[in-house]
Amino acid sequence: MTGGRGPGARVLVALCAAGFALFNFPLLVVWDRPGTILGLPPLPVALFAIWAGLIAALALASERGGGRDDGE
Amino acid sequence: MIPPAVVLAASFGYLLLLFLIAAHADRRAAQGRSLIDNPGVYALSWGVYCTAWTYFGSVGRAASGGVWFLPIYLGPMLAMLLAWIVLRKMVRIARTYRVTSIADFIASRYGKSPALAALVTLITVVGIVPYIALQLKAVAAGYQVMTGAEAAGAAAWWTDKTLFVALTLAAFAIAFGTRHLDLAERHEGMVAAIAFESAVKLGAFLAVGAFVTWGLFDGFGDIWHRARAVPELGALLRLDRGGGGFGHAQWFALTLLSMLSVLLLPRQFQVMVVECVDERHIRRAAWLFPLYLLLINIFVLPIAIGGLLLPGNGSADAETFVLSLPLGHGAPALALLAYVGGLSAITGMLVVETVAVSTMVCNDLVMPALLRLGVLGAPRGSDLTRVLLSIRRGAIVGVLMLGYLYYRVAGEAYALVSIGLISFAAVAQFAPALLGGIYWRDGTRAGAFGGLIAGFALWTYTLMLPSLAKSGWIGGDFLARGPFGIALLAPERLFGLTGLDNLTHSLFWSLGVNVALYVGLSLARAPSAREASQALLFVDVFRRGGAEPVFWRGRARLDDLRALATRFIGPERAGAIFADYAAELGVPPAELRPDARLVDRVERRIAGAVGTASARVMVASVTREEPLSVEDVLEILDQASQLRAYAHALEEKSRSLETATAELRAANEQLLSLDHLKDDFMSSVTHELRTPLTSIRALSELMLDDPEMEAEQRGEFLGIIVSESERLTRLVNQVLDLAKIEAGHGEWHNASVDLRALILDAARGVAELFRERGAELVLDLPASVPPLWADPDRLTQVMLNLLSNAAKFVPAEKGRVEVTLAEEGGNLVVSVRDNGPGVPPAERASVFEKFRQGGDAASRPPGTGLGLPISRRIVDHFGGTMWLDSEPGQGACFAFRLPLAPATGPGGKENGHEGADRR
Repeated sequence: MTGGRGPGARVLVALCAAGFALFNFPLLVVWDRPGTILGLPPLPVALFAIWAGLIAALALASERGGGRDDGE
Repeated sequence: MIPPAVVLAASFGYLLLLFLIAAHADRRAAQGRSLIDNPGVYALSWGVYCTAWTYFGSVGRAASGGVWFLPIYLGPMLAMLLAWIVLRKMVRIARTYRVTSIADFIASRYGKSPALAALVTLITVVGIVPYIALQLKAVAAGYQVMTGAEAAGAAAWWTDKTLFVALTLAAFAIAFGTRHLDLAERHEGMVAAIAFESAVKLGAFLAVGAFVTWGLFDGFGDIWHRARAVPELGALLRLDRGGGGFGHAQWFALTLLSMLSVLLLPRQFQVMVVECVDERHIRRAAWLFPLYLLLINIFVLPIAIGGLLLPGNGSADAETFVLSLPLGHGAPALALLAYVGGLSAITGMLVVETVAVSTMVCNDLVMPALLRLGVLGAPRGSDLTRVLLSIRRGAIVGVLMLGYLYYRVAGEAYALVSIGLISFAAVAQFAPALLGGIYWRDGTRAGAFGGLIAGFALWTYTLMLPSLAKSGWIGGDFLARGPFGIALLAPERLFGLTGLDNLTHSLFWSLGVNVALYVGLSLARAPSAREASQALLFVDVFRRGGAEPVFWRGRARLDDLRALATRFIGPERAGAIFADYAAELGVPPAELRPDARLVDRVERRIAGAVGTASARVMVASVTREEPLSVEDVLEILDQASQLRAYAHALEEKSRSLETATAELRAANEQLLSLDHLKDDFMSSVTHELRTPLTSIRALSELMLDDPEMEAEQRGEFLGIIVSESERLTRLVNQVLDLAKIEAGHGEWHNASVDLRALILDAARGVAELFRERGAELVLDLPASVPPLWADPDRLTQVMLNLLSNAAKFVPAEKGRVEVTLAEEGGNLVVSVRDNGPGVPPAERASVFEKFRQGGDAASRPPGTGLGLPISRRIVDHFGGTMWLDSEPGQGACFAFRLPLAPATGPGGKENGHEGADRR
């Protein structure tokens, strides 16, 4: 549907699905454990790391498209 | 504590700064140098998502629920992953049809229904006014913490600072939110101020976070290390809240809710859709905004846990940690900065939300009411632009005061604390109608109505009423036992559904029934013509090129349209519509005909000022419309797509015409150059014929004039005449030969040829010539080579030509000519190398052209100048190539290559190569 030179629609939908999976039950439970990562609790670190990863993926998909887009 | 005067001065000084920024941005916009026309500012303006509820509330929620404050910001991350698809479509639709609010958007999609617009407005007001009250409460609470003053509720309303803040913001919203009559035009000043506020609140929050993390503690690790010693704090960093495992249903509900809210909250719709300068900005803003949210949340847990670790703080005070921690630990300036940051969060939200909601109230509640009462209905009334502006300004003050009233009445009640999520759940009810409407053509008005009403009713019953009951405003009996003692109808356990928290429970029922009714009712009854036409316009917004269908039929008068437009958007803009349209059609404005397209354009422009539903009613009131049936809609659509197909075909045709023209031009140029070559050839031939003819004629005349010429002399003359005649014959033969080959009529008698034997024969043939010149002929031939399929006489002609050429150019008595034959990768290569003067680079390209003889005319040996061109054509004919290697002073080397195994049979090849020659 998008066409043009924005990020591809299929990439975005796939990223969104991945985001939903990573941010929800049951994958989130993986991080819900005692112990530490670099001296920090694992759950918040994992949440922020996944978040940053999704932003980076979106930025990559968006900026790599380059150029303008005229709609379809 | 900080003296109240300082806090007040900072507050109002900051508000004054906002006025200055907005005024500056508006001035820049007027000069055409927009401040907000870039993705960064656009993304910052989206930061209006973070209100006081984020700025103060996140820390509070983190202090009691740990990581559970996060889903509210993870949802927007997920939504932004789809922004390029969904948000861009919303922006394109809003831009194309001059939609200025969510109510307008939904109403316009379902046939420009005024009732639907009013319903959406009503839901928004009920859902959002408490949220506005929450922000005003935060102003009071912050002031209280900063100055240590008594609770705001105790003060009389006329001394309440919160009221003055609210009034100042109303003034701001009026000044910068109602600049234009046409709301589809952007409020650059307001957006610039909002973006600035987003930057301030982020900066202030990060400063406080850094202060707590590295000033009061020794980094993240230190805070966590100390928190582990306190069991309750350790539990904050786990998903499990108070036993019972991970409430993943609630986590999912919160994520989904915030994902929808970030698109559907009135303020988000305002900054993302209405104020979008350029839809290409979405591409970058979509990842900058989640980054903003990540940054503003990164210190929430450290501040919350750090605050709880410090003596004298409980989780009840956590909402004001952002202010109280710097204030209580010797950093009053930082506290003041944090207060200003909080003020930014509050004022940004209040201004945008108020402008957005007041637009809906004005366009979708007040205007239709006035139209219905006939106040504005007269076809030719006075200029309504001032009335419109006054209504909108009144609505801004009204909405803010409603929020203030709610805050004064509700005070500390539960209703205020939880209102953030309750508001989210209210606007989430728009999701099926809005998102369904832009992707699903079959969604109808009845479906949208049914879904919205049921969703709103269930939201009220399962979420709003319980929150009021918990505030003690109404009796709480029905919560526990259900209304009239019917347990099945208990609001928080509807139909016996247990095991969910109240928010998830409410969201499940309201959104579930909403979607079910939207889909069910949409499928149950076919849409009306207007719904169907709007559905097509919305769903296919990206598919339209220039030929956009206009679903309108009827008759209109130009004067009526002009008067209508003037009344709503003022004479200047109205005049511009007609002038622009006339210019587009290329007719004088006086001869403009009010066709469907013009009516549509006028309606859209009025829609920007009064909303699509009201605009529809107004246009219908001044024109004589023919009601459209669904068949008509399909017919119009068909015409439009036919028109598009014609335009497409026309484009295609003109493109292919262009290509054909270019090809013709190239062919013509080639013909011209061939014609030129032919002329050259003719003049060369006649020149070459004339030389021997002249000498024959001169000698014959001499003999004719002098009958007594001596026999010896006569014999010599006759000898010259014979040799010149031979030369003439040879020339004519060669010209004929060349012409035949070129025309494809050459005679070829192909046979199996042993090239080695052929070269030996040719060498024998020229042996006498070489002997005369005193030149040496060296043959370097392999013992045997595979046979070729070719015409042996023709190849002999080539060899003789090359050898005699070489013999002509070698120096007398010292000449040496080498002939080599070799087999190279399926080809036989013959080269004839001499030690003559060579061919200068300038002439190298032309030696194979007709009548181009080597050397200058005075010194070159006699020849026709056709030998090499003929040789080359013969070699070409057999699928080979002939070329020249030469270094000046090093002699010349003519060589040719013949393929051993031709791809096609000898007959077919002949035609093919003749074709190639002529090309």
